Amino acid sequence: MMKSGKGGRVDPTANGGRELDPLAFAKRWRAEGQGVAVATVVETWGSSPCPPGSQLAVDARGQFEGSVSGGCVEGAVIERAQAVIESGRPETLEFGIADETAWSVGLACGGRVRIFVERLEA
Amino acid sequence: MKHETLEAILAARAERRPIVRLVWLESGEERLLTSAAELTTADPALAAAIESAFADDDGGLVETASGPVFVQPFNPPPRLAIVGAVHIAQSLAVLARDLGHAVTVIDPRRGFLTEARFPGVAISHAWPDEALESFGLDPRSAVVTLSHDSKLDDPALHTALRSNAYYIGALGSQRTQVKRRARLAEAGFDAATIARIHGPVGLDIGAGSPAEIALSIAAEIVACLRRKK
Repeated sequence: MMKSGKGGRVDPTANGGRELDPLAFAKRWRAEGQGVAVATVVETWGSSPCPPGSQLAVDARGQFEGSVSGGCVEGAVIERAQAVIESGRPETLEFGIADETAWSVGLACGGRVRIFVERLEA
Repeated sequence: MKHETLEAILAARAERRPIVRLVWLESGEERLLTSAAELTTADPALAAAIESAFADDDGGLVETASGPVFVQPFNPPPRLAIVGAVHIAQSLAVLARDLGHAVTVIDPRRGFLTEARFPGVAISHAWPDEALESFGLDPRSAVVTLSHDSKLDDPALHTALRSNAYYIGALGSQRTQVKRRARLAEAGFDAATIARIHGPVGLDIGAGSPAEIALSIAAEIVACLRRKK
């Protein structure tokens, strides 16, 4: 770790003016009094742009940060996240081109992805 | 996710401490671990996943007797130290930051290294060897020297070569690299150690402008981090 002082202003955790961590947004929105849900990619098959561990934070106003796909399923995840914020019951969602019954959205790339959505509790 | 869990993950990230979260998908129950030894589980698949989360930054879904568990590592973000507050450094600092690296720019020349030229980036005006010592290079650190001045670049490379940084790059033509390697050999570094330096720096994409060179360096850094070469 760099120290401030002789060497000048140093903050190794400074990451520019732009925050990129979805969890930091989750914290901020919660502090603003919003209900918040966190979606996490837990499994992928075939071609999928976001590896397991990728996260998307959503608040009750529909604001979101992060990603769980190349953009193809975010809309549906944000919608389900609203229900999770309401109910508090975690949900595991699955998206893929072969899955036409439960969800109308598919991944154009041909991959499949499993996403865990949970509410940020008080 | 409990509020305390979120706070603990964010605090660990800020303090560069590894932390692993287990979450049971059916119930939403969770557990935070600060080391692999913290949880004794009879489930060999779960134990292996936890081990791998700490050692290889690699999580995953594990089927257990109590349902599916997602093992998610939150390891410290990689860091990049850039020596030489030159034009290429301005582009590289922005690219590396978006690629998830915490960036520090080092240059004792105060005219080059200003907050105005490097907004929002950590800066150090210490001599590069001294600055890198306090930076604390580790296996999730990268170093690139861009100053084109051996008085600044060489001390930085000495410190970098004695560390286990995952990437060391040095700007300069083939001719400059040959001369630099000779100086490092004279300073006592063996050939295998000197060969850790990527130079000429960056992937060969025919880069010309400072931003293009920065992109080629950023791409090489990603390749080294992901392929662990």
